Parts: sequence; C-alpha cells; structure tokens
Amino acid sequence: MNSETQGDIAPQAAATGSFGGMQVRSDAVLNTDIRISIRNLDFFYGAALPKALKGINLDFPNRQVTGLIGPSGCGKSTLLRVMNRMYSLYPGQRAEGAVLMDGVNLIDPSVDINELRSKVGMVFQKPTPFPMTIYENIAFGVRLHEKLSKSEMDQRVEWALSRAAIWGEVKDRLQANAMSLSGGQQQRLCIARTIAVRPEVILFDEPTSALDPISTLKIEELIDELKRDFTIAIVTHNMQQAARCADQVAFFYLGELIEVAPAAEMFTAPRQRKTQEYITGRFG
Amino acid sequence: MSATTDLHAIAMRPRDESARRARGRRRHLVDQAVRLFCLIATAIGVFFLASILVTLIWRGAPAIDLTVFITDFRPTTYGEPDAEKGGLLHAILGSFVQAGMGVAVGTPIGILVGTYLSEYARQTALGNAVRFVSDVLLSAPSILVGLFIYQLVVLPMGGFSGIAGGLALSIIVIPVVVRTTEDMLTLIPNTLREAVVALGAPKWKMITLVAYRAALSGMVTGILLAFARIAGETAPLLLTSFGNNVVTWDMSKAMASLPVTIYQQANSGFPDLIQIAWAGALMITTGVLLVNIIARTLLRKRI
Amino acid sequence: MKSSAIAPARRSSGSFGDIVFEWLCRGAGVFVLLLLGGIIVTLFIGGLPAFRQFGLDFLTSTRWDPVEGREQFGGAVAIVGTVMSSILAIILAVPVAFGIAFFLTELAPPWLRRPMGTAIELLAAVPSIIFGMWGLFVLVPFIQRNIQLPFGDALGTLPLVGFLFQSTNFAGTSIFAASLVLAIMILPFIAATMRDVFEQVPPVYKESAYGLGATRWEVMGGVVIPYTRISVVGGIMLGLGRALGETMAVTFVIGNANRIATSFFDPTTTIASVIAMEFPESLAGGLQQSSLFALGFLLFLISFIVLASSRYLLRPRLKG
Repeated sequence: MNSETQGDIAPQAAATGSFGGMQVRSDAVLNTDIRISIRNLDFFYGAALPKALKGINLDFPNRQVTGLIGPSGCGKSTLLRVMNRMYSLYPGQRAEGAVLMDGVNLIDPSVDINELRSKVGMVFQKPTPFPMTIYENIAFGVRLHEKLSKSEMDQRVEWALSRAAIWGEVKDRLQANAMSLSGGQQQRLCIARTIAVRPEVILFDEPTSALDPISTLKIEELIDELKRDFTIAIVTHNMQQAARCADQVAFFYLGELIEVAPAAEMFTAPRQRKTQEYITGRFG
Repeated sequence: MSATTDLHAIAMRPRDESARRARGRRRHLVDQAVRLFCLIATAIGVFFLASILVTLIWRGAPAIDLTVFITDFRPTTYGEPDAEKGGLLHAILGSFVQAGMGVAVGTPIGILVGTYLSEYARQTALGNAVRFVSDVLLSAPSILVGLFIYQLVVLPMGGFSGIAGGLALSIIVIPVVVRTTEDMLTLIPNTLREAVVALGAPKWKMITLVAYRAALSGMVTGILLAFARIAGETAPLLLTSFGNNVVTWDMSKAMASLPVTIYQQANSGFPDLIQIAWAGALMITTGVLLVNIIARTLLRKRI
Repeated sequence: MKSSAIAPARRSSGSFGDIVFEWLCRGAGVFVLLLLGGIIVTLFIGGLPAFRQFGLDFLTSTRWDPVEGREQFGGAVAIVGTVMSSILAIILAVPVAFGIAFFLTELAPPWLRRPMGTAIELLAAVPSIIFGMWGLFVLVPFIQRNIQLPFGDALGTLPLVGFLFQSTNFAGTSIFAASLVLAIMILPFIAATMRDVFEQVPPVYKESAYGLGATRWEVMGGVVIPYTRISVVGGIMLGLGRALGETMAVTFVIGNANRIATSFFDPTTTIASVIAMEFPESLAGGLQQSSLFALGFLLFLISFIVLASSRYLLRPRLKG
C-alpha cells in the first residue's frame, strides 16, 4: 500500500497517488479554514437507549471532502443526520453538544431549522425523485426560500442540472415526469435539487450504494467537481470510495470517533489499531 | 443400552405398505370432498351474484326509457292506462345533490383526520383512539346516523331537508376517506419525507405539496368509493330528507333520493310504480359498480 | 452567495404554518371522537323517556302498542329478531365464505383468481336496497312456492325440531328469507377477509407441510387455519356487526310482524326495520319515537361490542 504524493504541492491542488492500485484524488493538505466544527456531540435514539454517538469532536475543512467510514451501526450516518437536524422528525431522538457553523450552534433549538437545511443540504442513499416533472423537482426547493421570476428560475434550474452533470440528458424533457429517469439519473437529479438551493455544505449519505458502477463513477467525479464550491461530507461503507473521493477521512467505531486524518495518511499509516484492523478488512 | 436399540429397531421396521396405501386413499378422498365443497360454495356465491344482476337487468331494462330520466313522480296509472307515466328525475337529482354535499363536506374532514393519523399520531394514545372510533363509524349501522341527524338537524329545522340528508351522508363518508388517506400516506417511504424536509421545507408543505401528490391516486380512489357507498344508502336518508315528489334544488326542504324513492315505490304495490323502482335499482347498481371498477383500476395502476 | 450567518430565532412562516396545520389535523381527529360521542349521547337522551317509563321491562316485554291512551312499548321482539337473524346469517354465510376463500387461494387456476376475486368484491359493493328488492321479488316468492311447502311437509313432523318448519304464515316474508338475504350480503366481506388473511401466511409454512406429504386440505386445516384463526374470527365478527345493523335488505323481506319467530317461516322484525318502518311517521317527542331511539341505542351498544371485538382481533394480525 504505497502512496506516491507529489511533493511541494500548493494547498488544495489535487494529488495523484495510488492506494491498492486505485486513483487517489485527495488534496494533499487540509485547509485550515474550518466550515463546520463538531464539539462534544452526544446522540440518543431514545431515553432508555445507550448513546449512539459519544463525545464526537470533528472539524470539516472548508471546500474539501470529509469521508466518514466505519462498520455498520458505528454512527457515521447518525452523525450526518445530526448536522441537518433530521432527527427532529422522530420524537425521542435527541442530540447534545455543539455543531458550530460561523459561531452558531446548529442544533440549538433557537436556530431556525428550515434556514439551517437550506444551508446544509443532504443527498440520500435511495434516490427520491418527487412525483413531479424534472423542472418542478428542482424548482420546488428554490421556491421554499426565494422568490424568482420565471426566467430567473429557468436559469437556476439549468445551472443546477449542469452542475450535477445531467443537463445534457434532460434539457429536452424538463416537463417529463422525474420517475421516468434511470436510477443513476435520478440520483444526479437529487443532487441537482440539493445544489439548486445553494447550500454551503452538502452531506452525502452513501450516495452510490444503490447504483451501478458506471453511475457510481459519474457521481464520484461529480463530487470532486462540487468541492470547488461546497464543503462536502460523505458517508460510505466502501473504503475505496473514501480513498478516491475524500481529502480527510474519519473512522468511527461503536459511536466513537477513533481516528481522523488526511486520506493519504489514513490509508497508508493509520495510528490506531482499530483503524488498521478495519482498513485491512479484519472486521466490518 | 438395549432400550435405545429397541427404539431404533422399532422405528426402522419396514413400512406397512398396504396400510399406508389405504390411508392415502382415504386422505385423498377427504381432499377431493373438500375440493368439491369449495367448488360448490364458489358456485353458490357466483350464482347469487348472477341472479341479482340478471333480475336487475331483466326487470329494470324494460323500464328504462327517456321518460324515466326526465319526468318526476306521477301517481300510479293503475286503472287509468292513459294517465301520464312517472319517472325518477326528482330522485336522480336529489341523490346527486345530497351525495355531492356528503362528499364535499366529508372529504376534507376525512383527509385531515387521515393526515393526522399518518403524519402526527401513528402510535399515540389520541391517534389510536381516533383510529378506533373511525373504524367503528365505518361499520356502524347507518340508520343510527339518520337518528342522530334527525335530532340534531331535522328537529331544530322543523322538518326534513336535503341539508340534513347531505350531512348524514357526510358522516358516512368521513371514515371511508380516513381509512384510504391514512393507508395511502403510510405507504409513502420515509426517505421521500426526509428528502423534502432536507431542502428546508416545513412539515406542512412536505405533506400538502409532496405527500398528497404521491398519494393522490389512492386518495381519489377513496373518494370514489365513498361516493359509491353513499349513493346506495337508504336508511339514513329515510329519516332525514325523507322524500319529495317534485324536482327541487331547495335543500332546506325535504328532498327525494333514488334509494328512498325505490323503497317507497317498490312497497306501493302498484306494478307500474314497481317497474319504475326496478329501473332505479338498475341505475344505482350500474353506477355503483362502474365507479367501483374505475376506482379499482386506478388503484391497480399506481401499485 | 448568501451571507453565511444562520439567522437564529427567526419566526419564519414555516413554523407558523406547521402549528396551524397540525392543529387543523388534530382538531379534525378530535371532531371524529366528538361525533361518535354525540351519536351515543343523542341516542341515549332520545331514548331516556322510554327507559324511564318502562325500565328494564323494555328489554323483555314483547308488547308494541302505539295506540293512543294505552301506549306500551317493549323491545324484546326487535332485539331477539335482530340477534337471531344475524346469527342465522352467520351460520349460513361462514361455511360458504370459507369455501370461496379456500377456492380463491388454493384451488382456482391463476387466470380465474383475479376475475373471481373481483366478482366477489363487487358483490360487496351492491347497495343493500338492491338486495332488498331482489329478496322481495325473487327470493320470497321462491320460498313461498318451492321451499316452505315441501320443507314444511317433510320436516314439520320431526319430533324435536319439527316446529321450526311449521308456520301459519305463507307469505314467504320470514326470518328465513331475511337471514338468507343477510347471509348473501355479508358473504363477500367474510370471504374477502378470509382470503386476505390466508394469502398472508408465509409460503414457507405451507411448503414445510407439503414437504411432509400433506394434501391440500391437510395443509389448509393443519397450518393455514390455525395460523389465521384469530383473524378469521375477527372477520366473522365484522360480518356479524354488519348484519346486525342492516336495514333495507331486511325490511323488505322479514315480514315486519311484532312477534318472536318460533319457526323459520314466521315473520318477525329487527331493530333497524322497526325504526325504518315507524320512525318517519312517529310523533316528534312522543313515547313511540322515544322507544325507537331507545332501540337505536341498544342496537348501537350491541354493534359496538361486536365491532370493537372484531377490530381487536383483526388489527394487529393484518398489519403485522
């Protein structure tokens, strides 16, 4: 497992390297500018249940990709869903601690939840096109937060679909039902829908686990593109994907953050034993 | 030691083939007998359905002509063959108006309750109570609804009215719509809800702009089925709008309806009036079956 | 791009809309509860004068005399008629429903299953007044001509049960006719419930039984029925609940006579029929009308118990 990094790279320049023969796209150096900072986060699925997240401390560097890895049930998806307060839909679930963005604790009840979600977007594992036309799918989210004229909306829709690398495929059938798209296209539609609202952070919860390899590749390339403008967190159970996409990788186990490091370091010289065991496939 | 070898020896004794065959034949006979019974049972069911439909067509079809659709009540022509023949216009219109009101009033309430049960109260005590009550109302004797509206509306108003009839029907509509709305909404996977909310949509927009749209065909089916159900209800209307012999749009007075008119004319004893009653029966049945079939195909297309 | 600070504590239109909508939905739910409460209360208050006047005798007296000056009302005939006709209907309907359900789930060829299932369900959609008409004009004459005489002759002389087949009423409108019509009416409900429940048995159970060499019927009786026993009973009770409250189908064919039937061919009446027949012309506030309300209250009580039990038996299994 050798990684060859080109030495003397300016920050945020892409590094090429290999990990187990796969291309590594990570940035060689992590930004010091932190977009979201998690401090002492605990999460409970219910009053009587043990903590699902224990004292998490994690920084998400601005405009870079942080990958969250770990075996099933380790809490990585849970953490993501705390960041946009998705747990508020389910009574009994509760989070304690701080998720800081620009000095504001996002999980504090005084923070408007819909505003929060317009700044921190989420793409889910299962593509969820809304039962409407393609155009309407994109416009839906925008309309919640902004008032745009028809031509402005047209522009925004085109921009979002282009950024999501699907404009060419759908530009002639914007009025078609979104359910008529293929699985990979539907997922890119969902990404476009999330982008259209112009968030600052995008959370990806296992975005390609329901897709075929070609769609998966397209989306990974997309994520690499998107990080120019958005801070990205991606949960994946596929280590190779983390190696390909992430600049920083955080390894979770049983609700705790075991180790966080730049991608190249994590996969070549992990410091914790558990991390090493997971990466070499000893468990999970 | 020898006990276990004894058991083993007993268990491994060669099979008694003839006894097994005899048993097998007996079991086979029983199986055949039960199959025959089921076949007969199904035939009975189909037979009665066919008998009803055949009777309807045989007795009702000859009475269906233009007159029945455009005339209102005329007294029997018994003894006066040249007298004007009656029709069911007053009843048809009255039925549409009252059923329309029933659906118009009952559907919004039913949808809200169904939404409450699916989106706000899946496991709560209040939700379970509402669900239980709705189910009871669904199967409760409809004549009691008539009694209720009589006390509540007919007495204060001083007489039978189309409004009372419409309200009685709306009470019957509510539980039907509640059931279909709740069932359809709970079918929607949580991932869709989360995806809407993740964009920053408040819960009520998630429900009204997306969830309702996703459940639309199911909800429409529910409304159609409710309409078909109240179109054939007699007992509650008997006690609330009672009946009228003329075509009227005035809902504050007594109003005719197809089922009640059929009931009254069928029991009159006069053959011509009975004939018209059959025509009405055929009309209702055709309408109700058609709506049911449409509702079913709608539902099947979605699922 | 927008400013990066998140606006804290701003009352956006979203949360106000959420509060309003939630209260709207909750209010509708409470309304349904109040509706049922209202119905119970109305029936009870309406019947109070009769309950006060006659006390418990109302349940046992068979006198029903609307004549002014000597009014006396007792609900025994109607109550007995309701319960008897419904139970008879269940006895007639359940075996046939079971046969149909078994046929639909196991015996019918695949191409036949859907149309037959639909046909049975459509039977459930036919309004009750149609059954009443059919009952009066087709079934009753048939009973009159072809059933009552031969059965009466053949079975009327049997030692213990003979009286069941003898009657002085030859109009054909009788408790037998009513029970038969009711049976046909509730048949589709019970059959559909049974079929749904049979289909939910995991195939693995049935396959294990077949694997041991069981015949179709043995799998049915040994695996499917025990597995679904509770739901089947729930479905039967649901049918019973519907039969108890049926008005139009029964009114046409039961004969509407105020006497308890001692023979299948005797006329009698049920709570729903007596209300349908006498209420429209009864005097508002009078003792007769009050007695009818009282009967309505009793009918509600009986159906409520049956429906609640049915629901208790059905819900957890079907959804589970």
